[in-house]
Amino acid sequence: MHATTQSRHWIWIAVAAGMLLLPLGLGSDFALSVCTKIFIAIVFALSYNLLLGQGGMLSFGHAVYSGLGGYFAIHALAAIGAGSLSFPVTLLPLIGGLAGLAFGLLFGYVSTGRAGTPFAMISLGLGELVAASVLMLPAFFGGEAGVAANRVTGSGLFGIDYGSQREVYYLVAAWTLACAALMYWLTHTPFGRMANAVRDNAERVGFIGYSTHLLRYQVLVVSATFAGVAGGLAAINNEIVSVEAVGAHASGAVLLMVFIGGAGHFLGPVIGAVVVTLLQTVVSSYTHAWLFYFGLLFLVMVLFAPGGFASLLATLLPTLCSRRQLRLLAPGYLIGLGGLALLLLATVIGVEAGYHIAGHGMGATFRLFGRSFDSGALPALAVAAAALLGGILIWRYALDRTADARAVLGTQELMHGRPHAAGNAKAEHA
Amino acid sequence: MEFFLVSLLNGVSYGMLLFMLSSGLTLIFGMMGVLNFAHASFYMLGAYFAYAVGSQLGFWPALLMVPFLVGLIGAGVERFGLRQVHRFGPVAELLFTFGLAFMIEELVHLAWGRSAVDYPIPADLDFTLFTLFNTGFPAYRGFMMLVSAGMMVGVWLVLTRTRIGLVIQAALTHPEMAESLGHDVPRVFMLVFGGGCALAGLAGVIGGNAFVTEPGMAAAVGSIVFVIVVVGGLGSLEGALLASLLIGVLQTFSVASEWKPLALLGGGVSSGVLAQAAGLKLSQMAPILPYLLMVAVLIVRPKGLLGTRED
Amino acid sequence: MNAPAIELKGVTKSFGATEIIRGVDLAVQRGERHAVIGPNGAGKSTLFHLISARITVSAGDIRLNGESVVGLAPHQISRRGLSRSFQITNVFPRLSAFDNLRCSLLWRGGHGHSFWRRLAGLDSVNERASEVIEDIGLAARAAVPAGMLSYAEQRALEIGMTVAAGAEVILLDEPTAGMSRSETGAAIDLIRKLSDGRTLLMVEHDMDVVFGLADRISVLVRGAVIATGTPEEIRANPAVQEAYLGKAHA
Repeated sequence: MHATTQSRHWIWIAVAAGMLLLPLGLGSDFALSVCTKIFIAIVFALSYNLLLGQGGMLSFGHAVYSGLGGYFAIHALAAIGAGSLSFPVTLLPLIGGLAGLAFGLLFGYVSTGRAGTPFAMISLGLGELVAASVLMLPAFFGGEAGVAANRVTGSGLFGIDYGSQREVYYLVAAWTLACAALMYWLTHTPFGRMANAVRDNAERVGFIGYSTHLLRYQVLVVSATFAGVAGGLAAINNEIVSVEAVGAHASGAVLLMVFIGGAGHFLGPVIGAVVVTLLQTVVSSYTHAWLFYFGLLFLVMVLFAPGGFASLLATLLPTLCSRRQLRLLAPGYLIGLGGLALLLLATVIGVEAGYHIAGHGMGATFRLFGRSFDSGALPALAVAAAALLGGILIWRYALDRTADARAVLGTQELMHGRPHAAGNAKAEHA
Repeated sequence: MEFFLVSLLNGVSYGMLLFMLSSGLTLIFGMMGVLNFAHASFYMLGAYFAYAVGSQLGFWPALLMVPFLVGLIGAGVERFGLRQVHRFGPVAELLFTFGLAFMIEELVHLAWGRSAVDYPIPADLDFTLFTLFNTGFPAYRGFMMLVSAGMMVGVWLVLTRTRIGLVIQAALTHPEMAESLGHDVPRVFMLVFGGGCALAGLAGVIGGNAFVTEPGMAAAVGSIVFVIVVVGGLGSLEGALLASLLIGVLQTFSVASEWKPLALLGGGVSSGVLAQAAGLKLSQMAPILPYLLMVAVLIVRPKGLLGTRED
Repeated sequence: MNAPAIELKGVTKSFGATEIIRGVDLAVQRGERHAVIGPNGAGKSTLFHLISARITVSAGDIRLNGESVVGLAPHQISRRGLSRSFQITNVFPRLSAFDNLRCSLLWRGGHGHSFWRRLAGLDSVNERASEVIEDIGLAARAAVPAGMLSYAEQRALEIGMTVAAGAEVILLDEPTAGMSRSETGAAIDLIRKLSDGRTLLMVEHDMDVVFGLADRISVLVRGAVIATGTPEEIRANPAVQEAYLGKAHA
């Protein structure tokens, strides 16, 4: 991403404008709520990528910081509502951030001694520890039911009391933009660059004057702080925090988000956050099998595109920008896309049928794309099988076609003396 | 005294079951550098398959068939999944097994539902082996210990006395060298991975009916097994044994204990978090004890109790 | 009295039962260029690892500018003014060549863990990094990730990273390993220029480099120093000739 400073400023302004204008285009409160959840996930995922993509530390327990941040934020919210605390609700995520900071300092000290597999296992253990402790102390954590509070605490500035989803959306959008900008800033500071250095070669870092442990510790603390902010935002949006907020599922979800999106690019977690949140909210309302799709997507990405969607886009972008490359490669890509669509169709039919059979026994009908299918009967299976076969064949044809096109392109470049960069190098992955 | 002995026996049998799981994990990690996140999932598969096969054919045929079946699945996973991801590095391998664990849990949900299934102890083993101070020691527990011990001895014999065991030991530390000596190291990897999974499956067969068989069992046992591996020291079988027994005994003793370890925190406070923490009995804190042990070991001895391999 | 820049007294290192370094005494004066030579397996790299605290001594004392550094962590020794390169290239592969140099400049430049200033705005760091990248001949490849540089380019970067921050004491571990004749010549000039006025301790196999650069030479054989002196003294020393140099330079 070598955009000039000028164009980078424009990108930020465009994004801000987009976030500002989005509610006008969306109809329902449900859509606004989904967008709000997406923004919160973006902050959480970006904080996680500070740890993984920037610092090279894989954690299975990051939800600890966002969850604990959420708990402290919601207690503060309840106190504001009860009148015992005078603090603007607008700045409530700050409390979440401070809680994240505090626990980052506490837990980070024992967990950042090593990286790699030991760190991952320790983070897993700490996550379980916190989740179990939460259930043991209902006085603060509210047990299974969690802690709830009302975000409407009386009339605020300009009459904004966060009663409507729209107001919450704007609050979350502002915080998201601020956090994203801050985290982006960090990646261009000495601290951010040294975090990258620790990721690349932890040992060498010592020989240029830095303590590896201290650097990793700092990265974790900063990451935990932003995660706490995300937790605070969630507390405001959901008005309740319960044990799921610190649990293994939440930790796993953010890991999946960042990985699917791509840990090697700043925008990767953003993409992942959007995809996963949509899966969790929108797709889950259409099918019971959404978790299965989730897992399948993850496995497919690990096997074939470990750099995530961001790296796929990065290899595609030069092609899209060059007319010559586009002309040569487009047919192959489009055909490949068609093949993928067929494979997706086959998968969906197969999975839905499978889930339906498991739930209701053979022979029952189920609805897909607005039409009824008899799960046991021939038509559904035939369509699925045909789509599978067709998809595989078309995909392979597209691969051959693209390879040929690339060869032609390579020869052209050679003859014209220009370096060939159209996505033939192995995509850089985390 | 009675409580002590009975709890000790129970703790040791539980610890040995944990060792069955963590030994397979340690072997796989030691050889391939991959921490198999899905290891406990194979444990779960073993239990569920045994339930399914057992309800048709009985416990004993299940005991013989299921570990082999699970091992086969494990070998397949290595051959068609893990091997592809190997070139992307250890993080990708770990994540692959993570995704795999996820999928296996979903498939189990699909096939057997979300609640526990009734996987019973076989009738011929459902009696009291002996009585210790008025408390009966179940024969099935004894059977579990027997199988665990037999497995340990068997694995040790295979590794140290057979030719394939020697090759495995060589490939464990010097895979390239072993390969250039003509041994089919990828096949050895597949065997070890499949073998480790088979052990996990065996543990599931004999453990699933003693404890509960439900979709959450993989996650519950999985985290404890990881704690064991970290506490014992990554890559050390002896450390895994020590840690397994330690945690098995610790958990068993604490579950029955009324002691309130945090009583000092209470002070004069009568309500609130501190008071609640002070009032916690050890039995209520039992779930987090393995993790506390892990944190303590990490502070005092970061490499684990008998750790050799740093990664 | 001026303490030697580096002083080793009775330094011993054992791995298990095997003694790799056996009671080494060595003194390198400030501003001196000192080369350590010896047959393969003599323990030269191990000696470097001991001085820079990559591994710990089994016995003996190591002093940097008169102060004992035994038991310190690598980053602590680095902060006391010692900088080292590695025999097996040890760069930051995913950072650009330019960033590799900038990182090695940050600590001594006083920027520590600064997160409030942009890297692009650190003028002194950027200027120095530009200087060094010109000197090592990688100016055209500044934006390339270090992991994608050629072997010789990585060796040059390795040297650049080691000397960039202006450490008083520089350790170079086989800096010209694997380089061609011409590349070696350029490297010799570079090392001479960059180590001007500083203390240089160097491990080398290439005799042209050794005799071209060194003020004094120590010969390490099987973990012990068998001779120390000027290049002429070493050339004439019969024990050295017998153990190592052979007829080529006699």
